[in-house]
Amino acid sequence: MNTGVTQLLSDPERKFNAKELAALAAYFRVVMFDTLHDRGTGHWGGAASSAELTTSLYFNRMNIKTDESKWEDRDRLILSKGHASMNLYTILANRGFFPTEELATFRKLDSRLQGHPCMKKLPGVDMSTGALGHGISIGLGMAMAAKVTNRSFWTYVLVGEGCLNEGQSWEAIMSAAKFKPKNFVLMVDYNKVQLDGTEEEIMPLGSLSDKLKSFGWNVCPHAYDGNNTEDVLSSYDWMDQDDVWPKAVIYDTIKGKGISFTEGKSSWHGAVIDDDSYAKGIVELKKDLQNKEAVL
Amino acid sequence: MSVAMREAFGKKLVELGATCPELVVLDADVSSSTKSGLFGNAYPDRFFNIGVAEANMVDIAAGMATAGLRPVVNAFSIFLALKATDQIRNTLCYNNLPVVIAGAYGGLSDSFDGASHQSICDIAIMRAMPNMQVIVPSDARQAELALEYALKQDGPVFIRLNRNPMPDLPASDEIGTVVCSEGSDVTIAANGITASFANEAAALLAKEGIKAEVLSVPMVKPLDVESIKKSVAKTGKLLCVEEHALMGGFSSAVSEAFMKQGICCIFDAIGIEDRFTESGPYEPLLAKYGISAENIANRAKALCK
Ligand SMILES: Cc1ncc(C[n+]2csc(CCOP(=O)(O)OP(=O)(O)O)c2C)c(N)n1
Repeated sequence: MNTGVTQLLSDPERKFNAKELAALAAYFRVVMFDTLHDRGTGHWGGAASSAELTTSLYFNRMNIKTDESKWEDRDRLILSKGHASMNLYTILANRGFFPTEELATFRKLDSRLQGHPCMKKLPGVDMSTGALGHGISIGLGMAMAAKVTNRSFWTYVLVGEGCLNEGQSWEAIMSAAKFKPKNFVLMVDYNKVQLDGTEEEIMPLGSLSDKLKSFGWNVCPHAYDGNNTEDVLSSYDWMDQDDVWPKAVIYDTIKGKGISFTEGKSSWHGAVIDDDSYAKGIVELKKDLQNKEAVL
Repeated sequence: MSVAMREAFGKKLVELGATCPELVVLDADVSSSTKSGLFGNAYPDRFFNIGVAEANMVDIAAGMATAGLRPVVNAFSIFLALKATDQIRNTLCYNNLPVVIAGAYGGLSDSFDGASHQSICDIAIMRAMPNMQVIVPSDARQAELALEYALKQDGPVFIRLNRNPMPDLPASDEIGTVVCSEGSDVTIAANGITASFANEAAALLAKEGIKAEVLSVPMVKPLDVESIKKSVAKTGKLLCVEEHALMGGFSSAVSEAFMKQGICCIFDAIGIEDRFTESGPYEPLLAKYGISAENIANRAKALCK
């Protein structure tokens, strides 16, 4: 680990600025790529895509307690795209929910780090996911519960556009506009690449923003760059500016972000990282990390 | 005739709502059928009509359960079992969340609506999910007891309810096997509302000098093997009766347990054979598919030959 990020992570509780978040996300990509290569199993493309989104939530925005992972008033994140588990695990470990050494057990027998996140096994996981399409409904239930119990925690649901192919997602989107719970935010990691191919090839969404608006959501006026932490932080300003619920933020992202030959490629959705690709890829990721640390 | 289970269940929800502020009730646009609407009238802030979207409803309930609420979801049993299977398994059961799944119109009880609405594979589906408990009450009182029991559990419970008023059985204080009549010739283990037909069958059999022991067994999972075992130790013969397909339901559960424990007995099972059912008045429909006092008596008699 380079000293820049080492120093940042010596106090993971504090609220980080955009440059620091960018360096952290770059560092987490290195850890993810390393671990996925070592383990020979897991999903790189979607994990790399959402690195800035999850990093910014956990290191800038969410109100959580790592020593009390079930704290009733905590903010919640549902990673509806559960195949990006390595992204969530890397964040949770570095945030302090469990030792970073445990990342090496990913997908091993008896590990708490299941292929897809399991809330019964791993502290910090707010909901088990893996089967796509559940997240918005579950998050809606949490946000509705906040109202019944007079609490004010936030619930964030992170989906990919593939997750939005599922009919249940739209049932949930429809019903969220009926119940309008406060502090409920849908975040779309819109990298436009699914498992088998591009969104255009697999299931074109048309205008996602218009669809969400027509379902009655308060949708961000323009898409944010989800791989740019400055932009992600400005999306938070938008979230905080009014009291009209539910809110949806669309983030343009790049699947496989950070490595030239994995970017935008569905073949890198869940491919095993071979030694050759690793050797080339890790150089690019480390270079990016150096650049981001240099401007801290 | 007692009140219908759904009526009793709806009223019990209202009663429990008064002392349990965490109790929330969800329905999928059938609350006037399931009677969960009674709760909605009494506690509008804790009642949520999710629309015709069973999968969405179950996951919303799951989210609520993680935040300290005690949800009861209501819909037609077949649609919960078939449209929300993934949600029930991967969200409720995997995370062992305390959500009560109240499956209305179980078995053939939505008789006139026909095969699309008749729920004869719900028990098989629910049984196959780890952490799930499965209860099939036999009368209104058992439905109330089942709800009280379910709300005390730490994980998911499926309660399969019936649409129509059925005769009351001997009362009990908690949900579990009820010995409706004692006998030494043959055991009739009846699941759900089939118990009342089994009781009538026992009366028919008595006229022919056959003493049948009738057990009403609502707990399918965990199965009350002990009670059935005890009775069979006496009679050596067992007839299981259920308002469900013969694959994977109550009789399957009993056979699995008996085989595993090496219990031998003369055995038969009445349930829906491997076919689709149809529209019709409830009791004649049940009878056509084998669930009648006469058929139960005949099949029990055959075991005694
Ligand atoms: C219900 C379900 N069907 C299929 C899959 C297999 N699967 C895993 S990821 C994926 C594509 C996901 O695409 P997207 O949501 O856009 O995720 P991202 O591109 O961000 O990785 C599919 C089809 C699944 N996990 N769940």
